[in-house]
Formats: sequence, C-alpha cells, structure tokens
Amino acid sequence: TSCLPRASRTPRQARPRVRGGTTKYTLLSFLPKNLFEQFHRLANVYFVFIALLNFVPAVNAFQPGLALAPVLFILAVTAFKDLWEDYSRHRSDHEINHLGCLVFSREEKQYVNRFWKEIRVGDFVRLRCNEIIPADILLLSSSDPDGLCHIETANLDGETNLKRRQVVRGFSELVSEFNPLTFTSVIECEKPNNDLTRFHGCITHNNGKKAGLYKENLLLRGCTIRNTEAVVGIVIYAGHETKALLNNSGPRYKRSQLERQMNCDVLWCVLLLVCMSLFSAVGHGLWVWRYQEKRSLFDVPESDGTSLSPVTAAVYSFLTMIIVLQVLIPISLYVSIEIVKVCQVYFINQDMELYDEETDSQLQCRALNITEDLGQIQYIFSDKTGTLTENKMVFRRCTVSGIEYSHDANAQRLARYQEADSEEEEAVPRGGSLPQRGSIGSHQSIRIMHRSQSTKSHRRTGSRMLGRSLGHTLPSASIFLQEKDITPDPKLFEKVSECDRCLAIARHQEHPLAHLSPELSDVFDFFIALTICNTVVVTSPDQPRQKASSGPAPAIASNGYSSGAASWAPENTAKEQELELEQEQERELRYEAESPDEAALVYAARAYNCTLVDRLHDQVSVELPHLGRLTFELLHTLGFDSIRKRMSVVIRHPLTDEINVYTKGADSVVMDLLLPCSSGIQHQKKIRSKTQNYLNLYAVEGLRTLCIAKRVLSEEEYACWLQSHLEAESSLDNREELLFQSAIRLETNLHLLGATGIEDRLQDGVPETIAKLRQAGLQIWVLTGDKQETAINIAYACKLLDHDEEVITLNAESQVCSPLSAPEKNTDNVSVGFSPLCLPSTSTNSGPSPSLVIDGRSLAYALEKNLEDKFLFLAKQCRSVLCCRSTPLQKSMVVKLVRSKLKAMTLAIGDGANDVSMIQVADVGVGISGQEGMQAVMASDFAVPRFRYLERLLIVHGHWCYSRLANMVLYFFYKNTMFVGLLFWFQFYCGFSASAMIDQWYLIFFNLLFSSLPQLVTGVLDKDVPADVLLTEPQLYKSGQNMEEYRPRAFWLNMADAAFQSLVCFFIPYLAYYDSDTDMFTWGTPITAIALFTFLLHLGIETKTWVTSGFSILLFFTVALIYNASCATCYPPSNPYWTMQTLLGDPVFYLTCLIAPVAALLPRLFFKAMQGSLFPTQLQLGRQLAKMSPKTVTAPKETFAQGHLPEEPRTESSEKRSIRTSGSLSQDCTLQASWHVQQPACSPEARGEPNVVDMNLPLRENILLEGLSSQAPGPSMPREAILEGCPGDSKMKSTSTSRAAPLSSIFNLSNFSSFNWISPLSLVSGLGSVLQFSRSSLQMDKRDSEFLPSPPQPDQDLCGLSGQTTDYF
Amino acid sequence: MAMNYNAKDEVDGGPPCASGGTAKNRRPDNTAFKQQRLPAWQPILTAGTVLPTFFIIGLIFIPIGIGIFVTSNNIREIEGNVFMYYGLSNFYQNHRRYVKSRDDSQLNGDVSALLNPSKECEPYRRNEDKPIAPCGAIANSMFNDTLELFLIGNESHPTPIPLKKKGIAWWTDKNVKFRNPPGGESLEERFKDTTKPVNWVKPVYMLDSEPDNNGFINEDFIVWMRTAALPTFRKLYRLIERKSDLHPTLPAGRYYLNITYNYPVHSFDGRKRMILSTISWMGGKNPFLGIAYITIGSISFLLGVVLLVINHKYRNSSNTADITI
Repeated sequence: TSCLPRASRTPRQARPRVRGGTTKYTLLSFLPKNLFEQFHRLANVYFVFIALLNFVPAVNAFQPGLALAPVLFILAVTAFKDLWEDYSRHRSDHEINHLGCLVFSREEKQYVNRFWKEIRVGDFVRLRCNEIIPADILLLSSSDPDGLCHIETANLDGETNLKRRQVVRGFSELVSEFNPLTFTSVIECEKPNNDLTRFHGCITHNNGKKAGLYKENLLLRGCTIRNTEAVVGIVIYAGHETKALLNNSGPRYKRSQLERQMNCDVLWCVLLLVCMSLFSAVGHGLWVWRYQEKRSLFDVPESDGTSLSPVTAAVYSFLTMIIVLQVLIPISLYVSIEIVKVCQVYFINQDMELYDEETDSQLQCRALNITEDLGQIQYIFSDKTGTLTENKMVFRRCTVSGIEYSHDANAQRLARYQEADSEEEEAVPRGGSLPQRGSIGSHQSIRIMHRSQSTKSHRRTGSRMLGRSLGHTLPSASIFLQEKDITPDPKLFEKVSECDRCLAIARHQEHPLAHLSPELSDVFDFFIALTICNTVVVTSPDQPRQKASSGPAPAIASNGYSSGAASWAPENTAKEQELELEQEQERELRYEAESPDEAALVYAARAYNCTLVDRLHDQVSVELPHLGRLTFELLHTLGFDSIRKRMSVVIRHPLTDEINVYTKGADSVVMDLLLPCSSGIQHQKKIRSKTQNYLNLYAVEGLRTLCIAKRVLSEEEYACWLQSHLEAESSLDNREELLFQSAIRLETNLHLLGATGIEDRLQDGVPETIAKLRQAGLQIWVLTGDKQETAINIAYACKLLDHDEEVITLNAESQVCSPLSAPEKNTDNVSVGFSPLCLPSTSTNSGPSPSLVIDGRSLAYALEKNLEDKFLFLAKQCRSVLCCRSTPLQKSMVVKLVRSKLKAMTLAIGDGANDVSMIQVADVGVGISGQEGMQAVMASDFAVPRFRYLERLLIVHGHWCYSRLANMVLYFFYKNTMFVGLLFWFQFYCGFSASAMIDQWYLIFFNLLFSSLPQLVTGVLDKDVPADVLLTEPQLYKSGQNMEEYRPRAFWLNMADAAFQSLVCFFIPYLAYYDSDTDMFTWGTPITAIALFTFLLHLGIETKTWVTSGFSILLFFTVALIYNASCATCYPPSNPYWTMQTLLGDPVFYLTCLIAPVAALLPRLFFKAMQGSLFPTQLQLGRQLAKMSPKTVTAPKETFAQGHLPEEPRTESSEKRSIRTSGSLSQDCTLQASWHVQQPACSPEARGEPNVVDMNLPLRENILLEGLSSQAPGPSMPREAILEGCPGDSKMKSTSTSRAAPLSSIFNLSNFSSFNWISPLSLVSGLGSVLQFSRSSLQMDKRDSEFLPSPPQPDQDLCGLSGQTTDYF
Repeated sequence: MAMNYNAKDEVDGGPPCASGGTAKNRRPDNTAFKQQRLPAWQPILTAGTVLPTFFIIGLIFIPIGIGIFVTSNNIREIEGNVFMYYGLSNFYQNHRRYVKSRDDSQLNGDVSALLNPSKECEPYRRNEDKPIAPCGAIANSMFNDTLELFLIGNESHPTPIPLKKKGIAWWTDKNVKFRNPPGGESLEERFKDTTKPVNWVKPVYMLDSEPDNNGFINEDFIVWMRTAALPTFRKLYRLIERKSDLHPTLPAGRYYLNITYNYPVHSFDGRKRMILSTISWMGGKNPFLGIAYITIGSISFLLGVVLLVINHKYRNSSNTADITI
C-alpha cells in the first residue's frame, strides 16, 4: 500500500479531479493517439509499410499517392468510428461532469455546490439521501446514530439490495456534527485499483492513534445513498482513479478461434507472397543478366545511363513484387470481417426468438467479435443455481430437532399456484394483453405491474407485498407471492406458539428457556436463528425509501446498464407516488436480502409469527405475538463466504442474557462442526442422524438445504474469542486469514437445531435445451456450489443424467483434507488411485458413455498438476460431468484446464458473482441477466435472459455465424490468391519486371470496391441451413465443432483451386490474344473482367442462398467506362483512355469473358456436384431436407430421433421420473415410493429400511457379490486393481485399512474387474484421506436409492460411526 | 463489473442493450429482413441439379466454338482489306520500366511538358540540354524499318502495292490522346526547342511528309506507343485497301518485299516478321478461341454425362438422405 492522498494537505491543483470522465481523446491528441492505437494492429503497420515502400523511386510500382489511398481509407474509417464513440462518451461525460454536489469550501467555511468535475481528492463532500456518489469517498460522518450508511450498488453490479457502510472508526464516536475544519488526520491508502471488493488503508489521527480502513468505510462512485439522510466523507479517489471507472474497461476484445486460424493462414499467405516475390526477383536477376550486355532496345537504363547489376535489379524487383502482389494479404479482409460481425450481432439481437417477454429483454452481445465462436463450442460449463434453475427461492420444508415438517399445505398451495399460473399463461398470450408498463392508470393494473415487475427482477425479493387475499383473487400475482407467502405447517405452528406462550409466561424467571422441553427450545432457537442469522435489511413504510427501482427503473437496474441520468435524477412521478400511497396502506415490512434464500427463510419465519422487525448494526429486533418485541444485542456478524460456506451471528439473548452463536450454513460444513457426539447425549446423536436423513431426502428432492446450529458461549469463552478476533480485525497484513481462523474458532462445537429445504425451480425448457445441446455434440458440465445430492437430482431433472447410464462418482473421503489444505503428500497415492480408473472407461466403452460426478474436495485433488491429465482423460469420455461443492476458483480452474489441455472451445454460462471467473476464463462467456445481480453479465460476452435461449443462440446463430464467416474468409483467401496469381503468371512474360497488365486503379480498388459487396452480403445473410432444420437436427452443429467449413485442408484446396483458376483466367486471354496487336492494358482489362466474373460465379457456387445480383458487374463496368473516358492524359502509365469502350466493341472480349470463367469453374462445380451426390455432408443433407419438406419438418424429426438418438427414449423416462420426484413429495417416504414406481423390478434389498445408517461393510459386500454373481461376467481384459493401504498414523488409519482389507479380498476374485458396472478399483488411503471411486450402473443406482437415506456424503455421522465405514458400494 | 455512465449513449442508441425508455418494448420487429427470412433461391449442388448446367454449357459452347473456328480459318483468303503487320518477338515492351517511360502530357501537345518532360522519361528525357520530344524509352525504341510490297507480274517491272498509312491507329489516340504542340505555322518551329530521341535518325517533325500524319500524330508512332501486352506481338503497319469487289485485294502472284533495315533485333535475340492478314468480325486469325470453345464444350458435355450416370445410380440414396443423417 502506498500512500497516495495525504488528505487535505496537498494543494488543490496538484490533486486529480473527478473530471475528464472517460473520453480518450482531445481535439489535439486525437490524430496521433488514434493512429498510434491503430498501428497496434500489425496488419495496419504492414499496409502502411507497403504503401510507404512505394515512395522509394527505385521500387515504386504504383503511384505513391494511389497506393496510400486504401490504407488511408481504412484508417480513416476506423478513426471515424473511434471518434464517434469517443464523442458520445464525451457527451455523457459532460452531463456527468456537470452534475452538482455539495463540497466543503475552506474559504467560505461551508458546503457549496460544485460540479462533479471540480471535486478533487481530499475534498469533503456532503451527500444526501438518494444522491449518487461522485467519487470514492471515505465515510467520516453519517446522520445515522450508529454511524451507518446504506448504499445501493445497482449501478456497479446491478444488485438492488442495500449494502451497509460504516463510518471510519474514531469518527463514529463523535457526538457533534463532523466539522471538516477540525479534520487533521492523515489517511494512507493503497494505490487506485479496480477491485471493488477490497480496500485497505489506515488513518492516523492527530493523537497518534491509528485505525484501519476497510471497504465497509468506502462509498464507491456510482452507488446511491439510501435510507440515510446525509453523510460526509473525504474523497479518496477521484475521476479516473475511482474503482468504478477503473473497472470500466468497456467491451472486451477477444479473438475468436476462427480468427486465430485465419491469422495463421494470413501468415501462410505472407510466406507465399515472399516466395512469389523471391521467385520473381531471381527471375528478374537472370533476365537482366541475360540482356545486360546486349543493349536491347527495351532495356531502360538508370537515369545516369548505367544499367543496374542483376543483383541490384533483383533486390528492387523483390520489393516491387511485394507491392504489386500485396493484394494477397487483403487489406479489406479485416475490415470486411468487422463489418460482417457487426451485422451478425445486429441480426442476433434482432431475433425475435431470443426475446424474453417476461423480462422484456433480448439477447445482448457484449463482445462484438466472437460471434463465430458460438458455432464451435464443444464444452458448456454451466452454473446450476439461477442458470438451470430460477433462483427463486421458496421455502418448502424444514426439520427441527429431528422432526420433519413437510409443509404439505404449502406444497399444495404452490402446486395450485403453478396451475393457476399456467392457466393464466394459456389464457393470456404471452405479453399480448399485459398492460404496457408505461400506461398504468387504474388500481388494478398497478397490481399487474407489480407482478410483471417482480418477475422482471426476481432478485428483489423485498419488493412490495400485496395483500395476501389478492393472491387468491388475482392469480397473476402468484409467482410474486409464492416467494414469501408460506402456509405454515400446523404441527410446527402449534409448537412455535406453544414456545411463545411458555416463554411469555416465564420470561421474568431466572432461566426462562429451561422451562421448555429440549425440542421446544430447539424450535424456538431455530426460528430465532432463521430470523436473525442473516444480513437482511428491514425497510418499513414508516421510513419511505425512494428506491430508484420502485418505479419503472428496475428494468434499467436489472440490466446493469443503468443509464446514469435516468436513475440519478430522483424522479417521483405521479405513478410512483400512487404506489407509495398504496404501500403505506399495506403497512408491510420489506426485506432486502443479499441472497434470495436468506429472504426466503426470513419470510418463512414470519409465517410462523416470528417476525424480523428491525435490524441495526448492533441489534436485531424480533416480534413474537406473545413475547412482543425481543431485541437481541448483535455482538458480531461473521458474514457468509464461499470457503466457510456458512455465516454466524453472535448475539446476547435478551431472555437468558447468554451469549449465543447462531450458525447457518451448508450441511456438509455445519455437520462437521457439531459438538462431538461422545460428549453429547444420545438424544442429540439421534437428532443428528435423523436430520441427516432428512437432509438427504431434501437433496434428493432437489431442495437446497441449510443447517441451522447454535452454540452457547460462556462469558469467558466469549471474552477470549473476542480478544483474538479484535486482534485479527485490526491486523493489517494477513487479515483475511486471521479472520478466517477466528471464525473457525467460533463456529465449533455447535448444537444442531434443524435444517431447511428451499426449493429452486428449474427454468422453463431446461431439459429440452440440454437434450438439444447434447444432440448437437456439446458436452455439458455442471459446476455448482451445491451439495452433491441436490446437484445430482437437478441433473436428473434436467436430463443431464440418465437413469440407465453409468455414473462415476469421485468422492475424496476426508475430514481433514479440505480443498484448502490438501496436503501434497497425498497426491502421490491419489494418482495411483486414478490410473486404474481410467482404463475401464476406455476399454469398456461399448455402451453409452458414463457420467461423472465429482465433489469439491475430490476436484481439488483432481486439479492438481499431476492428476489433471488423468482427470481430464476420464472426464473427456463422460457424457456429462457434474462438479458439486465447487468454489468459484475451482470452476474457473476446470474451465481453464479443459480449455488449455483439450484445446477445446469452451462456453461458460452463469448468473452470479461466483461464476464471473469461470465466464472470464472461457472462450465464450454467457451471463444470465437474472436474479443475482449483473456481475456475470458484466463479465460476459453474451447475455441471455434465460438458459433456454442458449439453444437457439448456439445451434442457429452460432452455426450461421461460423459458417458464414468461415466461408467468407475462405473466399477471401481464394479471391486474393486467384487475383495475385494472374499477376504472377504475367511475370513470366514481362521478364519478371513486376509489371502489371491490370491497371493500377483496378488493382488497388478491386478488392475494396468491385468484389467486396457480394461477399459482404453473403457473409451477413447466407444461410446454409434454415433455422428450423438446424433446431430439429442439432447434430448439424457438429460441423462447426469439427471445423468442417474451415480447416487447413479446405484452405489449401481452396488455394490450389485459386491457382488453377488463375491459370485458366490468365492463359485463355493469353492464348486468345497471342501474337495480336493488342496493347498491355487493353489486354489487362478483359482479364480483370474475367476475374470479376469468375469471383462472382464462384461465390454463386459457394453461396447457399442467392440474394445478390450482378450489382458488382454493373458497378465494375460503369466505373470502368467512366474512368476510361475521364482523362486522356492522366493515370500513367496505363493511360486507359477509351480502352473499355473499344473493348466493348470487340467480340473477342465477350468470347473470352464467357469462356474463361466457365472453364475456370467447371472443375469446382463438377466436384461440388459429385460430392453433393456421392458424399454429402450432414449440412447438405439438412439443406436437402429443408427443401424437400419445407413445412413438415417435424415429421422427419421423429425418424431422426429414433434412428440416431438412442438417448431419446431414455430421456423421456427420466422426465417422467423427474415429474414424480418433484411432484409428489408430501409423504415421508416419497423417496422410496417414487423409486419403486420408477423401478418396479428393483431388487428386494431396495425395499429395506430406509434409515439404515449403520449398514456395515460386510453386508454391502454381500450385495456387491450378489450383484457380481447375477451379472454374467463378460469376457474382458482382466485388470489389476491397485490397492494401497497406506500406513499412516492419523486416526483414520484404522478405518481405511479395515475398509481396504475386505475389499481386497474381492479384488482377488478372478474376473472381478470385468464387470463394467462396478469398478471400485482402488481405494487409496493416505494421511487420513481416502479417495474412493465408484462406477455404478442403473442397477447400482437402484441399490443406491436404498442407501440414500444413509448418505453417500462423507460427512454424515462420521463421528458416530468412527469404527465403521460409511461407503456404500 | 463495469460502471456504465458512459455506456449510456450506446445504450440508448443501439439495439443490443437498449435500456432506455421505460414504456418501450424491446421486442424486435417481426420483419422478414430482421428475422432473416428474406426469400432466396437456394440451389443445392448435386449431380441431379447441376447436370443440366453442364449440358447447356456443352450445347452452347460447341456451336460457338465451331463458328469461331470456321471464321478464324476463313481469314486465310485474302479478300477485303488486307492488313500489313510487322511482328516482333522477344521484345519486352511490357517491361515495367519501359512501360512507364513516356510522358502522355507531352504527347498530348502540352507545351510545358514538351519542354520539360516527365521524370518518368529518364534517361531519355534530355539530350544535350534539350528536352527530347517525344521523350522516354518507348519512343526512343520506335520501330523504324520501312516495308514496301511489290507485285511481280508478268512484266519484269514490279508494281508497288499501295499501302495506306492512315487509319491504323485508334481514332481516339489519333484525335484525342496525341496532339502536336500548338503555335507556329510549321511543325518544325513548334518543336524547335526540342531534340530528337537518341536512337532516331530523323526528328519527330520529319516522320512523314503529310502534315496530318506528322509529329506526334504520326500513326506509326501512335501504334508503337501502344505498348504490346506480350513479348511476342505484332503491330499494324499498313492497310492494303481493296479496290473493287471483283478482284481480290492481293491477287495471286509473286510478290517482292523491300525492307529498309534500320531496326536491330539481333542483339537481344529478337525476330522480325511481316504479316499480311485480313480480319474477320472477331479479329485476326487465331484458331485458339474456337478450339477452346469446342474443348470446353465437349468436356462439359462429358462431365454432364458422368453426372447423369452418378445421378442415376445414386438417386435413391439422395432421396433417402433424411434417414442417413
């Protein structure tokens, strides 16, 4: 950290201003700066170099000025574009710079209004509610009594919930109003950087005290002050140094794969050019040498009368040839590609099918130059929550103290709403009759607007609440309501009321909680935890908040492109006031939560009359019907992070005066942190195992599970912890690590209260989309932070996994080795574990390829250097891969691994901040403009409203873009090579003197003017296969994956054809005019015309849809006629006066123009026709299909599905299943029921007691052996299973070895490894960690179901079963 | 994670991210263009669809070829106007530096260019401090042999064949591109400040006796200045006009060609020729085009037959294409 602003001491002039905004150029700097930037493109440098070479007299091939023209044209076009962009930026900057703001003036000793641009670092700024923050400001004073300030960061990340900021320590204690004149502290902070989530610094007060500065003290530019009357702060970073502007990198420049390949071929062209030039140079040298002494009449000596030596002549000739043949490296290629891409983006944006009615948004292309990459994707990495699912959290079920409350009524109500909703959707054609948002007049329509709003930005779980009665009368509000309306479970409701009553009676006694039974006490604590263990901000109507998003703005905010002016001006339209009025009548509390599940839990607790009414920074108030308002002193909040996967609050209980810790987090971590069972009572142990069972059940249903736990701290413990925590907080370096350790110390020995199941519904069309993408040959990997069971279940529901396919599960079984601290020593052993696993999956790959499920811990091992290859090798053969419990970093590592090692095109799709790194790493990043803010969209290249739009984006547009661009690039190369070929052949007849028979004007403008338009039109509009055929036959997408259109072979074939065509087009006129009295340029003009005809006919053969006409030909002849009539003495040396006119009177001209293109293209046409008949590609067949049955595309679809998609029937069955699992979940044993319905032929064991936890190893082996014997051992290579019982001295040693020993006896059975459905080939244990791999087929899956209640999770009951094994295969 | 103050204008302007108006529906227009549903002809290249093209090409090209071939071969009969050419081979008139070595402005009669020729003419720009007119290598290397043709009849005195000097250059060249410098009565006076090209025997104003064929507008000169495309070329030298419909222009008999040899070609292994030819509607005698048309037509026809066979054999498979995908 460096100290930048020595606040308030530096003179004003020296400090950077806010001003300047984002423009790159000034009037003076534009030209040099822009040129400098343009010359970063190597191609531009090359072209300018070539043009400048023309100015060397000995070399010049063309008129120097003329040669410079195209380069200047290209540069000018680009410069103009840049200028325009910069101008629009300037305009908006100007607006922003002239926004007003209160800045403290030393001279006037008061706050005066200043423009934003005048704000400098060190200024004191006073901001009022709803003002936009003009710079990065350190919060020094707030009108809030607690020194808090709320900000909305929607402008930065699209998140509309409120964030809390705190006054710098040392200033919060100030009683009187902050006076800038008395400010004497020195602030040190780090250099400006673009990390929005981090800020470090320290402030030294004049009394020598130091205090740390954190991001909680910093108000970022662009955010809006909310809920706080006024704040004062000192400007830390201004203008360009603000984090917001440093983050503003604009649209990203990515290079597409096609372009990379193209660049490679451009290099080939350069090589070809050099070769041609060298050849010519040598030829010319020889020629000169031959005629040197002969004083030939046509030899032109130097101006001093001497002749050049052959070598010098050759060198000059070489340079001249490079100029003459420069067309080979097409200057227009890059420009054309840019143009085509812009048009492609335009068409993608305009596609109606990609428009989402509900959110009124269509696809956004944020990266303009990788459209064709969409057609080549091989791997899709998808987030689960919010991407495959809606991320609309609905509280579904919970278990408290080991008793499950299934909330049937709630489930039924939800089902009813869904029906009503779908009915409504049927009745109302989507978007047809919904009132437009602008035209709101009546009361009724406002409600509809609410609904549409809430569906538009689901993120805003805290949005206005409609009366509950409305929910029944107005079905359209259903989606909106179900998030927060929970019908309580009567049993649980009764219990909660009982607690409440008891406590109300006993509240003034010594130990009020002691009067409750343990269960009731747990229930009470459970709901208190639900209510307070979160960061939900309560906003009540008493404190009217003018959120920008309350009006029509949410669409803007949720889009992330919040247009400054619109949301900055606090506009209070009449409409909004009406809304406010309505809300005031409602008198409802609104909750602003950071994550939807938090809000869902708070709403759930409220349904049980346990209402969160107020949250301040040091206290939380909960209202209960009998107890009234309870105010908990909030001692600490340990926020959620993705490593700990939990959050905790430390409070002082008002009833008991005890210090309690409430922890809420992922079951896998919380279960590990519970009080060790040995010390606990039997009851607790039972509760734990029951809860675990229910957790598994929830997971199977696809619910998101959270565990709620509690810890009572003694005063001493707390004091001890507090000290270390404060130390950690105040330490400057290594703070995060210390805080992490501190949190771990607190969150231990927890007492389990219960668990919740929150539903996250699958988005519309996800299974269909996945099936389609699958057919298209895309491998879909789901990377999720969710637990394994939930993920697997969602995967089944969305057809990612099939029930009759094998599933390989990789679970690193370890308590000790978290992904954070994976000991290196392990890896050696682990690698042994991987190697045998890979073998069976390759050799027994006759059936459908298996799927892989891997959890975060195993992933941590698998991603290590020495294992990643093996992991990839395995994953590559799997149909789909599911990575559970993965951290954002792991997600990006997986993507990076696949991208770099498999050299595959990757697409990452996600919606949340945790997907950002993955999106950035992938070749194509797709963000879902969904509920979790806009961070993913900001980082993405494409933003889609829903997952299902990915199908059309990839399969239709991706394919089109790829095929169009690939064909265009190929055509470009062909065209230029062919054209250059003509010139090259001529060298043989002009003594290699770099003479050109084609007029230099034609030569230079041929590409730019005459032949460019048709190919542009083709590149933009050509459709090789219509959209409906592409969608019904997604296999066609594979052509892009395999790079069928543009592969090296195609390039060289193309070049060869170009060479042939140029030969034909040169020698037909040559022979036709041989020994005639034609002059050079009269002969060159027909060649130009022939070339043009050939190009267009060639394009005609290549084009799949003819939309262009002979416009180019007309243009050429018009231009030629005008040009040839324009000047009798100009344009040396060709001086083409009247040439074209003469030619038009010459029959030979027409005759050659007819025969040469035909002769040149005959072979191509013939081979195309042959290939189309004999070896048609998939695309050609698709095209034929489209032509044969343009209307009945659906009929052949079925043949396709049957004939070539063996997975289709199976996916159907799994769909049935998913309906069942998600539909009937009310019974306790739903799981078994549904499994049995699904698999009636299930083995008898499957009906066994679902609660068997202590299923011991021998029994399982028996099942195994049964399975083995029932399966006919197929003939296959016996494989050695490597087993290593690693002698370690951890406490896990006994476990692992005892497990390994009986298994090894199985391994010794002959033929064991020949069963392809099971290959627990090795168990490797080392230092307390066991990696276990199991492959299971359908049969195993069934068995699996039996054990599902006894979970495959390693963190189940581990402590209770210390001597037993918990693996189940 | 970018803040988009400045994106505002782009946002409002472009369809990609129009966040603008609140009431504005962002549903794209349902037009054929925007939804890429423009009607278009979609040919599919298979044997069946392409083979008519081949047959048509064959059927058109072969007759054209025969026609051209016949026309070209008929040129032999010396009837109508006979053109007298001189031919040069191995003469690189298309050499890059040679081609450039001229000054069109000077040739167009521009006085300033006459006295100060373009730099392109170097080293044939000035001689003995006087500008060369016409300057440049092309002019300098002008063909200057004289050809005379005599018919040796029965008598011992050969009758000279009248050779027409005018009408051999392009009309636009003679009347637009090439002009003598203005002023002065006599041509010699107009060129008085210039000197003749180095290789020339006579100055430019003494190329011919007739004033409308002298100086820059001398047609032999104009023809020479039109640089040939290939190292083997011919240039029109004279016209032998047909006298009457009854007699052939050049009756059968013995002829005598008198060549005044000025032009050295041996030094660079060049060759000189004299060609007498008539021209048809499609120019001089060149059998190539006819043969080419016949060949291409036949090949096309053949390929058409091949495709016909393929189409016949594989028609079934292409009809069931949808199943084999």
